Formats: sequence, structure tokens, C-alpha cells
Amino acid sequence: MAWFRRDNTPLTSSEQASRVPEGLWIKCGSCKDVLYRKDVLKNQSVCAKCGFHFRITARERLALLFDDGRYEELDAGLVSADPLAFKDTKAYAARLKDGLQKTGSPDALVSGFGKMETMPIVIAAMEYGFIGGSMGVVVGEKVTRAVERALAEKAPLIVISCSGGARMMEGTLSLMQMAKISAALARLDSAGIPFVSVLTDPTTGGVTASFAMLGDLNVAEPGALIGFAGPRVIEQTIRQKLPAGFQRSEFLLEHGMLDLIVDRREMRETLARCLRMLRGQ
Amino acid sequence: MAEQDFEAPLSELQKTLDELARFPGDPVKTREATRVRQQLDQQRREVFAALTPWQKTQVARHPSRPYLLDYVQALCTDWVEIHGDRLFGDDPALICGLARFRGEAVVVLGHQKGRDTKQKIRRNFGMPKPEGYRKALRAMQMAEKFGRPILSFVDTPGAYPGLDAEERGQAEAIARNLREMARLRVPIVVTVTGEGGSGGALAIAVGDRINMLEHSVYSVISPEGCASILWRDAGRAEDAATAMKITGRDLLSFGVVDEVVAEPPGGAHADPEALFESLGTLLDRQLGELRKLSPEALIEARYDKFRRMGQLGREFLDRAV
Repeated sequence: MAWFRRDNTPLTSSEQASRVPEGLWIKCGSCKDVLYRKDVLKNQSVCAKCGFHFRITARERLALLFDDGRYEELDAGLVSADPLAFKDTKAYAARLKDGLQKTGSPDALVSGFGKMETMPIVIAAMEYGFIGGSMGVVVGEKVTRAVERALAEKAPLIVISCSGGARMMEGTLSLMQMAKISAALARLDSAGIPFVSVLTDPTTGGVTASFAMLGDLNVAEPGALIGFAGPRVIEQTIRQKLPAGFQRSEFLLEHGMLDLIVDRREMRETLARCLRMLRGQ
Repeated sequence: MAEQDFEAPLSELQKTLDELARFPGDPVKTREATRVRQQLDQQRREVFAALTPWQKTQVARHPSRPYLLDYVQALCTDWVEIHGDRLFGDDPALICGLARFRGEAVVVLGHQKGRDTKQKIRRNFGMPKPEGYRKALRAMQMAEKFGRPILSFVDTPGAYPGLDAEERGQAEAIARNLREMARLRVPIVVTVTGEGGSGGALAIAVGDRINMLEHSVYSVISPEGCASILWRDAGRAEDAATAMKITGRDLLSFGVVDEVVAEPPGGAHADPEALFESLGTLLDRQLGELRKLSPEALIEARYDKFRRMGQLGREFLDRAV
């Protein structure tokens, strides 16, 4: 009777060992090679053998892009007031506290103003370690303020996305941040100030469906999961297994959603070069 | 479709009423029928005034609820549907067209669900693909070009989460609509009539006035989706619906919506004419208010409206201040 039995093989989708693990020697999440941890960190958390990009924190991102890793942090004091007094199996207030403890940041985004290859610039980076990099009111507000700062300084804006999407614990208010940020980006666009969106693993949901896709240039790190719906939801909808490489950077490039895929070790130089040309310098 | 739990006592009374109606000539039965009808109306009012967020979700999804084409038929004349995004195809899940509303030429757009199985499949259960959102943007930019106001009606479980939609850039299509709607130079009035399902709803819901019908819901994720992620049990949808504060009344208090439109007892489908009447009056009033604003003032006010969503001190604090 095997002809109507459903094939219940577990999903083999996206979960990779993403963060650089602790320890002297570590294993690459992709090629499984054993690597000396210090070498990996020196290499911007990219596997020297296969080029696998480990996930890095928002602050590490800013440090890699700003000149000498120095910048003025923006809106560092913003914290969620838990507007819905939300509670699931755990109180949202406790999740916020855990997030702070785990990442040292009060929410899932760090933004700064500084210089990149001497060019004044605003850069915001999302922190996946904080409730899956999800976007609630604080993330929405910080990105919007970053856009407004870029407008005021007439400086280009880079936003580095790394997020599971809008934050459920702030309900429809989270959804509205998509509109708020996009409206601010419309102003930046009208003012002719460049916005580059950098998409990293993973960028999905409401973040992809708002600012992450609105760059004058959309740039991704190699192999990043990027999409609107997550792979599991799609597999449940179409009741089929997804092809290998679906929703990866290379797939999006092929389908016209990205301008280029850039290795982390060349990111800063590439972004600076593009921005200079966009500004006619 | 099966009645909802909260409708059970009502259907009992309805059954009695139907039974009594079989004796139109009998004065005793007629008197009894009048009494039962009053009791039914009273009870229906009470039941629908006390619906929980999860029950409202059920009403919002009710298969007899008016859909876009019903609103068009009731509120507009001269309807001309337009098709296609000029890039890939036409999406029957999101309908756009030209129409007259109270004499004025407007652009109308919104999600369309189907009533029977065949129509449901054709309309993809009201879940648009990128070509639907791109068609909507084309229609809205045409409205801008010719100075026509836009009436948008929202009723979708969400944007379609499928392989083809991803390939064609579902996220990009939604994102672009959000940005472009923010700077359209004509009035946009949005009404959430049923399910306001996340980004798939918002992609046609950046407007100058946002209305919600009394028993509609507007949320960042479906209660089932939220429950299966946070509670790891889709059966906890009722808890998720409550926790996410998805009703018109909740969202009015957060400044996300401007008006909640009262529905007749029993919901919009129980007495659609009454609903069309009051909604028509509201839309007319709102368009009248917006018509007075210059395009610049309109865009400025729309920006401020969304800029305020999430306010210092209420939804978040600034520890540095």
C-alpha cells in the first residue's frame, strides 16, 4: 500500500551552524573543516577554506564598515515599552531582558553615524541574537531615525538586514513599522540620497518586504537565506519540497532581485566604491 | 459552512422562528413569532457586541461576508475592471478598476475572495501574487496621473507564500507599494473589511484614512501562525488572537486605524445593505475632508500619520533622554 503513504522525511532546509562557536578549534558550518578559531575571527568570520559566512553581531558589522571601527552610536537609549503587555509561553518583557543580556543591546538594531573610507555615512545593522532580529517599534523607529539622519546630513545610508521579520509580540504596531520606514525611504529617494540595502543570512518576512528590498542597490552576502515567506511555510503551502538553493542569494540574483553578491571581506571596499560613483565623486 | 459556536443559541431561535412561520394565518403563532423574533434580535445584538478577538476572526472570515465586488456593486456605478501588471500577468486575487462613487470618478482596488470552491481557487483564497500588487501600483499611479482618489478594500489572509510568488519577488512588490503609496499625490482611503493579513494587506493599505469594520481584524501574522510559532501549537490561536490585539477597537487606541465602522447585528453579511449605507456615508465624508488638502499637505499628513505609529513614551522609551 506504499503508493498512498506520505513521505514524511524531515525538512533539510536552512539550519546551519551559523555563529562562530566557542572553543579553540571550531568546525565550519558548511565544509565541516576544523578551523583555528582565531584565524576565523581574523578573517571576518568567514571560513578560509570554503568561504562560508558565519553570522556576526550588529556591532561587529559596524566595526567592519566604519573607518577604524569608530562611529557615533545613534538612539542607543530606545527600549520597547511592551505596548501590548504581551505574553505567550513567556512574558515578552522577559524576552526583552534576555535579549539585552545576550546581545548587550536593548533591541535588535544598532545604528551609527561616522565615516567609511572618509565618506560621512549612516549605517544601521540588525542584531539576529535579539529575538531573531525581529522588527518591532524600536527597530522601526531606529531605522526611520537613521533615514532622517541621512537626510539631514545628506549622507548615504546603509542598512544591513538580518531578521526573521516583523515582531509578533508588538502586533500590528510591528507591521506598521514597514510602512513608516518605507515612507521615510521615499523621502530619501526623492532627495536623491543613496540607500544601499545589504542582506545577510537570514532576511525574511516584513523586513524583506519593506526596506531590505528598497535599496538603490540591493547587495547580499553569499549563500544568505532571503525571502518573503520562510521555506517551511512555502513547503506547507505547496506541499512539495523546495529545490536546493531556493531563496539563497544566488537564486535571488538570478531572479533579478539583487544587484550583486559580495564577499564580506570585500564588502566595505565595494560599498564605498559604488557610493562614490553614485554621488559622482 | 458550519456555524460558529457563538451562533448556536441564535440558530436555535431561528429554527423556532422558521417553524412558526409555517403558519402565517394563525394569530397565536404569529404573536409567538413576533416575540421570538424580538428575542432573537436582542440575543444577536448581545452575542455580537461581546465577540472575542478570535470570534471576530471567524466573523471576518465568514464565507458570506461581502467581498470587494459586492462593495463595488453597492457603492459605485460605471465599474470598469482593469487587468494586468504589464510585466507578467493578471492576478484575480486583487482587483482594480475605475468607477464612480457618489458621482465622482475614483480608482477602486482590493482583494477578492471566492464564494464556491471553483471561485476560491480562481481567486487564490484572496492571496495575491506579486503581479497583483504590481497591478495595484499601476492602477494607483494612474489614479495619481489623472487626479482621481483611491478607495482600497482589504480582505486577505496574506500575500501568497508560494514558490512562484517568491521567484517573482513578492517581497519587492510589497515593499515598492509601501514606498510609492507614501508619496502618491491623491487621497487614499483604506477600509479593512475582513482579514487584514500582514504585509499582504499593508501593501494596499498605506492611506490617509484607515477604517476597519467592527468585526474585521488586522494583524502582523494570523493567530494560527503566531500560535504555532510562539506556543508551538496552532490550537492556541484563540490565545494568540487575544494577545496580538487585532481588533478595530484595540487598533483605534494605538492610532493604527481612524474609524471603526459598526456592523449590523449578526455581522456585515446579516444585513449588507445597512452596512453599505453607513460605509458609503463615511467614505463620502472622508473623501470630502481629504479633497480640501493640497497634494503636498496630503503627503505631509500621511507621512506624519505613519511616523507617529510607535510613539516615544507609549510604545517605547528613550532611556538616554
